[in-house]
Amino acid sequence: MLRDAVLVAGKDLRIEIRSRVGLNQIGPFAIAVLLLFGLALGPDRRVLASASAGLFWVAVLLSTLLAVQRSYAIESADAARDGLRLSGLDPAGIFLGKASAVAAQLLVLEAGLTVGVALLYGAHLSGALVLIAACVAGTLGLAAVGTLYGVVASGLRTRETLLPLLFLPVVAPVLLAATKAWDAGLAGRQGHAAGWLDVLVVFAVLYIAIGTVAFGPLLEDG
Amino acid sequence: MSTPARVLAQDRPAALRVLGAIALVGVAATVWLGLFVTPPDQFMGNLVRLLYIHPPMAWVAFLAYGIATLASLLYLWPRTRAEHFDRLAGASAEVGVVFTGLTLVSGSIWGRPTWGAWWVWDPLLTTTALLFVLYLGYLALRRVPGEFHVRARRSAIAALIAFIDVPIVYFSVEWWRSLHQAPTVLNPTTHKTYVHGSMFWTLMLGFVSFTLVYAWLMVHRYRLARLQDLEETEGLEVAIEERRAEGEAG
Repeated sequence: MLRDAVLVAGKDLRIEIRSRVGLNQIGPFAIAVLLLFGLALGPDRRVLASASAGLFWVAVLLSTLLAVQRSYAIESADAARDGLRLSGLDPAGIFLGKASAVAAQLLVLEAGLTVGVALLYGAHLSGALVLIAACVAGTLGLAAVGTLYGVVASGLRTRETLLPLLFLPVVAPVLLAATKAWDAGLAGRQGHAAGWLDVLVVFAVLYIAIGTVAFGPLLEDG
Repeated sequence: MSTPARVLAQDRPAALRVLGAIALVGVAATVWLGLFVTPPDQFMGNLVRLLYIHPPMAWVAFLAYGIATLASLLYLWPRTRAEHFDRLAGASAEVGVVFTGLTLVSGSIWGRPTWGAWWVWDPLLTTTALLFVLYLGYLALRRVPGEFHVRARRSAIAALIAFIDVPIVYFSVEWWRSLHQAPTVLNPTTHKTYVHGSMFWTLMLGFVSFTLVYAWLMVHRYRLARLQDLEETEGLEVAIEERRAEGEAG
């Protein structure tokens, strides 16, 4: 299963490195979102600094949608999805592979966005360990739910509109917990983040577990 | 494969009409008792009258989601997999969404004069609002056409993904609130302390009649889903013919 996961993740990441869709489209999209938040909340740096954790995670959530759609768009051409089904790879491995490829791209994006909130919103990046832990745990949960709903929506004619509607309400706890963890980290009160990190870890573990079980039947049906 | 005539005969339309009539009388009695017979509350005044319908609506919404989840699980479990569990899940979720909407609206109308705001970020309220969108998404997914078992399986899995989220949302919001200043407004649970006599029985009647309304809507929605499936498989013509025969018969 893990070997299959590494194969699938390697394939997805290789495609992304060669096509540069993530770099050329998803990254600039996230920067545009950050700039628009800045315009919406006005030039007062105190307001922006106090809201930066939440804005960061909303930008991540929106970018996750694009990353997941991209992850299944590469399977839609040339009957690649049928190839994947016929490849004999363990479906749980395919799920873990695709989810980790999405997570890896998101983590790179988050590194860029972190610099963005520091520069544009004046956020103080103290408590780096908490910030990184929240990013890793939160991103794993987002990638798991996204990959799971991605396979539900892929192949449907209304996938572009359906995926956000299914995905965003479910990841509400990630937005809440990751934002609070980041708030604590940015304010230098790392101790307050521990419970929120637990929420992120529980969420990620639960949805990774569901994904490994449910992905097979969903891939088969599509 | 059953014919539409058998579907309709199994449902006993007469019994269904009786159920509908009892539910209607129950709701009418609740409204009458709630508006004219019961006294105004010592603290809330006439606002208390909203509480004869608001908790019953919320109860029906949660009951409906519980049944939808159970039916989805039974559909996914290979030994109990049957088409009727998928229809049951769909019908129940749809009625649940309607009652969630009514719960949110009635709660908001009650909250404005009581709390001074249409909305507070209370764990129960926030979870209810998220449930509303979660299940709207589920219903949207159900409407995407496809082969029966493919659609049923992906819907059942989506229902479970949504359901597992509910406790996580509830506890994280509760915790989020507890870290902030506690609401200085009236605690929504305290109203139970003041429920006495005629007020208590009116509320109980509300629970019973709204549950009957739920049952009545469920049977109708389930019947409709079954006929829709039959229409797809056997064609519109047959369904219309049988429906006409049933109308003439009784």
